[in-house]
Amino acid sequence: MSLEAHVVVWRGALEVDVELSVADGEVLAVLGPNGAGKSTVLRVLAGLLPPDGGRVVVDGDQVWNDADVALPPHRRAIGMVFQDHLLFPHLSVTENVAFGPRSRGVSRAAARAAATAWLDRVGLAGLGDRRPGQLSGGQAQRAALARALVGEPRVLLLDEPLSALDARTRLSVRAELHRHLTDYAGSAVLVTHDPVDAMALATRVVVVEDGRVVQAGTPAEVARRPRTDYVARLVGLVLLAGTGAGTTVALDGGGAVAVADEARGPVFVAVRPESVSLYLSRPDGSPRNVWPLRLVTATPHGSVVRCDLAGEVALTADVTATSFAELGLAPGAAVWASVKASEVAVYPR
Amino acid sequence: MSRRRRDGGVPAPLLVPALLAVAFLVLPLAGLVVRAPWSQIGPQLASPGVGQALRLSLVSATLATAVSLLLGVPLAWVLARSTLRGRSVLRALVTVPLVLPPVVGGVALFLVLGRQGIVGRWLYEATGFSLPFTTAAVVVAETFVAMPFLVISVEGALRAADARFEDAAATLGADRWTTFRRVTLPLVAPGIAAGAVLCWARALGEFGATITFAGNFPGTTQTMPLAVYLALQRDPEAAIVLSLVLLAVSLATLLLLRGRWLGRTVSA
Repeated sequence: MSLEAHVVVWRGALEVDVELSVADGEVLAVLGPNGAGKSTVLRVLAGLLPPDGGRVVVDGDQVWNDADVALPPHRRAIGMVFQDHLLFPHLSVTENVAFGPRSRGVSRAAARAAATAWLDRVGLAGLGDRRPGQLSGGQAQRAALARALVGEPRVLLLDEPLSALDARTRLSVRAELHRHLTDYAGSAVLVTHDPVDAMALATRVVVVEDGRVVQAGTPAEVARRPRTDYVARLVGLVLLAGTGAGTTVALDGGGAVAVADEARGPVFVAVRPESVSLYLSRPDGSPRNVWPLRLVTATPHGSVVRCDLAGEVALTADVTATSFAELGLAPGAAVWASVKASEVAVYPR
Repeated sequence: MSRRRRDGGVPAPLLVPALLAVAFLVLPLAGLVVRAPWSQIGPQLASPGVGQALRLSLVSATLATAVSLLLGVPLAWVLARSTLRGRSVLRALVTVPLVLPPVVGGVALFLVLGRQGIVGRWLYEATGFSLPFTTAAVVVAETFVAMPFLVISVEGALRAADARFEDAAATLGADRWTTFRRVTLPLVAPGIAAGAVLCWARALGEFGATITFAGNFPGTTQTMPLAVYLALQRDPEAAIVLSLVLLAVSLATLLLLRGRWLGRTVSA
């Protein structure tokens, strides 16, 4: 029992070609930058966009294939949550949630009862008579979640469900969403460009860039061992590609990094910016990873200053605002950077 | 700043023609009000001919609007939402009556629906019914001229409405007809109302197509504009009174639309 899909869509010059499979009770996050084709995949799964090829199979039933099956969206057992909730403005909140059951032939009274129960479950008891325009952003997105789940869909599709919310609301709605996704028995697909959503909500992550899956795994795996610059930046790591020879990795871009674990052949090296230290002169004690670099840009990032460095190795260092002030660095300044070998992660490419 | 405030920020080369335009548009109507024989309005309105023409006008314009709604809203949906090929050609064809001289429309209707017409002959042979010079012909002529106004304004409303609401309805199990009924129609209801008012006003003022296709028979096909034209030749004062009635109806229509627009700005 599951969702299985192979989606091929041409969108202008971009060919989206993505394979997914989601087991029951599993939440798959599709993570990727804007324009990577994530939402396109979701629209194909919903039936709102006919693909150019592939197949969509829900619980073993063909829903779409390039031969003879093309089930329209209203005959698929799906629920979908959109970025900006898309509650019908002319209906009350209860009528919005009851819309799905009513369309599927449930009696008015039963549909209302189901809607009221679901509004209760998402913490909107008593707000059912309001119009969507009278709800806050977080309340509206909760109502949209209730509307998608009330019909007990076999597949739940979430299209950037949190990205239209302000930071504080996002936290509480994310927690709420997590609770309902844990209870949800069907297959869920979450499209997002926010790694925090993916890490917090998903049991598995696929990363889509330029219409292709570039990495798949559990959120922890993806966060610890990114395979593309995009993912590395998302999870706050600097990613370097190289070739391992024992405890030294020769980088493709020149230079070498000492690592604690033995590595052979093509590998990735991941460095956390906060593990990079900066000095005005060559540090004593001769740590094995020391490079003379040049400061390119420095941007405040919360309590730290993020320093992008260029030279033999392109690195990023997070230093505290205090030490940045003590170093007195300006863009273009020469600086020594060091990283302990034990702080460098290395894994096969 | 102070200079700007005094002249409202309008440069003289624009201000002068604009004032002339206002005078040109408003003065004739003001003249109508000034010249009105106010003491005779009561008796004039009470005369049987006027009441007849007014009633016929209101009934036929309302029927024409109803027919336009019934046929025009689905047509607007097809133009705005379907993926049929040749939609732009279809749109151009549909809007021809907007720019066509109504008299030409009347002639065309006569050639098709008249007793000797392509469709009319068949209709006459089958049922013995001849459409021209009947009240039904008035409704047909008015519908022909006024429906494009409705179609264009409803199509505009449909294009402006967020089609993603229809996507949402589809994911909730609503087929396209249910979606149209329960989502699209309520969303564009204000646009449909505005289109219907425009359509009704246009039908009420229809002259050329009506007189050509339906003739000018008091009681059956003589609508208000026709009565005004006729009265002007034998009894100018009666023409002024009839014109005032139409002016009042037009102003009421405008107020209705304004009310809607104002209501919208307040609620938004």
